[in-house]
Amino acid sequence: MASLKEVKGRISSVMSTQQITKAMKMVAAAKLKRATDNIIQMRPYAQKLNAILQNVTAGMEGSVDNQFAQEREVSKVLIVLLTSDKGLCGAFNGNVIKATRQLLVGKYAAQHQAGNVTLMPIGRKAADFVRKGGYKTVNEYSDLFTRLNFNAVREAAEFAMAGFAKGDFDRVEIVYNEFKNVATQILKTDQFLPIMPTVSEVSEASSDYIFEPSKEYIVQELIPTSLKVQFYKSLLESNASEHGARMTAMDKATENAGELLKELRLTYNRTRQAAITKEILEIVAGAEALSGK
Amino acid sequence: MYLEIITPDKKVFEGEVESAIFPGSEGSFQILNDHAPLISALGKGPVTYRNKSGEHTLSVDGGVVEVLKNKITVLAESASA
Repeated sequence: MASLKEVKGRISSVMSTQQITKAMKMVAAAKLKRATDNIIQMRPYAQKLNAILQNVTAGMEGSVDNQFAQEREVSKVLIVLLTSDKGLCGAFNGNVIKATRQLLVGKYAAQHQAGNVTLMPIGRKAADFVRKGGYKTVNEYSDLFTRLNFNAVREAAEFAMAGFAKGDFDRVEIVYNEFKNVATQILKTDQFLPIMPTVSEVSEASSDYIFEPSKEYIVQELIPTSLKVQFYKSLLESNASEHGARMTAMDKATENAGELLKELRLTYNRTRQAAITKEILEIVAGAEALSGK
Repeated sequence: MYLEIITPDKKVFEGEVESAIFPGSEGSFQILNDHAPLISALGKGPVTYRNKSGEHTLSVDGGVVEVLKNKITVLAESASA
């Protein structure tokens, strides 16, 4: 049986681990609050933008011609994968990496064999994966999560869009975790470019707007903006998911540490009692030996 | 009339204004009370609005403005004072 001192040492080590996981959970909860706030902050912008886009396109005939809507034969692919900078958040990063691998051997196997798949990692864990795998990469945006604001994210989105427009990429996919609630993240692979033709509900223009300079011009201006907003939204979702995942992971860890502590305390008390019993026995036996001559 | 200036990061300004000048993509223009419904693309430049506390200027870099029933909504990719 383990000695008293050993068990005591383990108890205190588990206790300090538990304290750390508890603190990390608290920090994740605070950061999650901020991350969801960011999503909420962005919502009015996105909604208004969509409303205006719909208003403008409502009166237009046929589909909108745009360089970002061009369907081409897919020979060159860019995959944007969003992970976190830090670990200790359960399967969060693993899922993204697994999904990316699956894309590489499944949907885009032919392009991958030909060396035409480029990865754009965002988040340090994704950058690590890409570096170890020796893939073709665009690496300059991997630290976006340290400065998560629209201006920084815009550059990454513009890079992907410019690449698509120039023909460097025929398709751009984003692999990320969508934030459903604190406990649930949904792994998603979204086609970023070319734009998927959306079936817009026919809504008559609510008012007779004056369009300045012209409907077509406004649409051409707004489509890139709405793409950037979509890209930004993926990052915000991923960020919120990360903190949610970490919160649940740390909550579980704290719980497990608690169970372990319970067991250890039981062992400790048992050992202590056994030692006391043994001592009493020895004393009694000693006294007996002295008195009963 | 009511003016709202929104970027993806936050709401930069909202409040009652008397007039506002925007950098339209084809030259700047002013919106006064009871303007007809309008959607216009914006270029890079200053947005100037006048309210009770005087005249204020923000610079935006592109976006779009919607005017409807004395409510002006500016969607800008970025806006700074």
